[in-house]
Amino acid sequence: MSTVDQDTGEVSARASLVNDPKVRGLFYQVLLIAVLVFVGWSIVSNTIDNLARQNIASGFGFLGNTAGFGIIQALVPYAETSSYGQALVVGFFNTLLVAVIGIVFATVLGFVVGIARLSNNWVISRLAYAYVELIRNIPLLLQIFFWYFAVLRAVPDKRDRWSFLFDTVHLNIAGLWLPRPELEPGSSAVGVALLVGVAAAIAMRIWARRRQEATGKQFPVILTALGLIVGLPLVVFLAAGMPLHLSHPVFVEEGPILRRGFTLGSGMNLIPELLALTLALSIYTASFIAEIVRAGIQAVSHGQTEAAHALGLRNGQTLRLVVIPQAMRVIIPPLTSQFLNLTKNSSLAVAVAFPDLVSVGGIVLNQTGQAIEIIAIWMIVYLSLSLATSAFMNWYNRRMALVER
Amino acid sequence: MKTKLIPIVLGTAMGAAATAANAATLDDVKAKGFVQCGVSQGLPGFSNPDAQGNWTGLDVDVCRAVAAAVFGDASAVKFTPLSAKERFTALQSGEIDILSRNTTWTMSRDTSLGLNFAGVTYYDGQGFMVRKALGVTSALELSGASVCTNTGTTTELNVADYFRTNNMPYEIVAFEKSDEVVQAYDAGRCDVFTTDASGLYAERLKLSNPGDHMVLPEIISKEPLGPVVRQGDDQWFNIARWTLNAMINAEELGVTSANVDEMKSSENPEIKRLLGIEGAFGEGVSLSNDWAYNIIKQVGNYGEAFDRNVGPDTPLGIARGLNALWSKGGILYAPPIR
Repeated sequence: MSTVDQDTGEVSARASLVNDPKVRGLFYQVLLIAVLVFVGWSIVSNTIDNLARQNIASGFGFLGNTAGFGIIQALVPYAETSSYGQALVVGFFNTLLVAVIGIVFATVLGFVVGIARLSNNWVISRLAYAYVELIRNIPLLLQIFFWYFAVLRAVPDKRDRWSFLFDTVHLNIAGLWLPRPELEPGSSAVGVALLVGVAAAIAMRIWARRRQEATGKQFPVILTALGLIVGLPLVVFLAAGMPLHLSHPVFVEEGPILRRGFTLGSGMNLIPELLALTLALSIYTASFIAEIVRAGIQAVSHGQTEAAHALGLRNGQTLRLVVIPQAMRVIIPPLTSQFLNLTKNSSLAVAVAFPDLVSVGGIVLNQTGQAIEIIAIWMIVYLSLSLATSAFMNWYNRRMALVER
Repeated sequence: MKTKLIPIVLGTAMGAAATAANAATLDDVKAKGFVQCGVSQGLPGFSNPDAQGNWTGLDVDVCRAVAAAVFGDASAVKFTPLSAKERFTALQSGEIDILSRNTTWTMSRDTSLGLNFAGVTYYDGQGFMVRKALGVTSALELSGASVCTNTGTTTELNVADYFRTNNMPYEIVAFEKSDEVVQAYDAGRCDVFTTDASGLYAERLKLSNPGDHMVLPEIISKEPLGPVVRQGDDQWFNIARWTLNAMINAEELGVTSANVDEMKSSENPEIKRLLGIEGAFGEGVSLSNDWAYNIIKQVGNYGEAFDRNVGPDTPLGIARGLNALWSKGGILYAPPIR
């Protein structure tokens, strides 16, 4: 307090160093860093010492060794002769698959329920309310088990099936069986057409917005974009002589009982473990997203709606152009957390035999005993996934943020 | 499960000094007054808790025998149920003193995990169980089957090897807990359930209609199951190994929990050494001289433990087979106490 002489305004020399807030701040920060470095160093060196003393092998060399175990679902090539490293890559992509599917479904379902919750229709809003309260209060693991075991016991067994959509989609205890699209030569043109369509749609939107800002004339952006993105590839697809065929799952009804049912490797098979996990994750996370959406919409003052109506905007336009953009600013940060939660919760896959990163990593951990290395890999992967998700959402948030002029 | 694994791993990482490998486990055990024993999460006949939480089984009896040898009290044991995935980390980190959990003795486990296997309590081999309705009589007919099993076990590797060498495609559905494997198999998710043959007989009891299922004749691997301790503590290793040897020797010498008191006056020098009447064999393992007497009196010999838990008169109904004494057609053979 009294380091500054009241009369002269000079800093007292005697107390300057010890009492100087800057020096003191610097001192404590250096001290903190030194302590952190020391703690970190002692953990690492202690670990290395203990591992060596207990004769436990360490290092990442084991990743090149042959894994020797099978994995039920692999998005990248994998066989029992592949290495532990490749097994972990398979697990990583499976985690990614569940996270992406889960996030898409949870977001769609969450927005629908969240908006339904605010509906003027009593039945709809009560139903949405019941959904949210029921689902978010039941532990996720129980829900995964419910979807897996309850549903597993309800569907036909392996020698039988339920068929839908003109006999193209089938369901039994081995999962959902769909036709697998097989590409033929010439199909790359369709992909090029799709890219061109997307690029043209973006350009069209920018042009339409500029024109509207300049002249006030509106342009049917959504319809045109739809035409470019769907129509253009479709035309090319037909012009190229439909370079794609569907390979249907093969169902055998004759012969030894073990051989009956769908043949392994035919058609496209979504295993029940994947279905149960994504279903449970989406439904569970959607209940939280619904509340976030409701809170976001309710955070927009009713005056905004009234003002929009006064300007002559219709209900749909009001929601799309005035309410949702403002609500999004409130919605995005907590929504990001839900996406991160969903990604991390996908590690519960281990309970229902879905080979995600944690499940496969657990097997590798057990086969090799390299606990610390595997845990480190888990931590790095989940951290990177989380940081990537939140970086994307922060970018989106900045875009959506209210620009004050 | 993960909630349990992480602290264990952190424990290893931080190297909880008191439980480090070179510390004398015996002193730690004596100081706390009980043996901390890692067992399975429930495998009838081997380690299974009843409604009151009392553990029974062959693996459990080994733990009780160690407690009887150390404390003269077979009840001085606390059990930690562990999944296949958690078991070795729990032992390495010192959370448990001995792992007695139908664990296969393999070279990599013995040499690169910082562990030592104290012996074999049960000579097992991996088998397959199927529904009788499938009409399959041999594992070689299982091409294209889906197979349910546990993760993180030798089972998973053996089944991959077996199907690959026989050029049969298959689909593996691997769960972390054996209860979930049983449920999924029972629901019909898989055609085949594979694990150690003893485990198949035990898990079959949990199925809704045990009679509808059969174990195929093929045994595709050697699975010597036995107790495990940390490497680097020879004293504790000797106690575990000789506890097991004492049980096997007692059976061979005809000493049972019922007749052990009369046997004290036996003229047979081998029995005298076993029961601590002659010589000072307790000293060698830093225990009292009646260590083996306590084991036999309170837990019984190997044959008694086998008959009580998995033998022909139990629901599992497993014949002695390979696990009979060497003198009776099996391969059970313990070095002599002398």
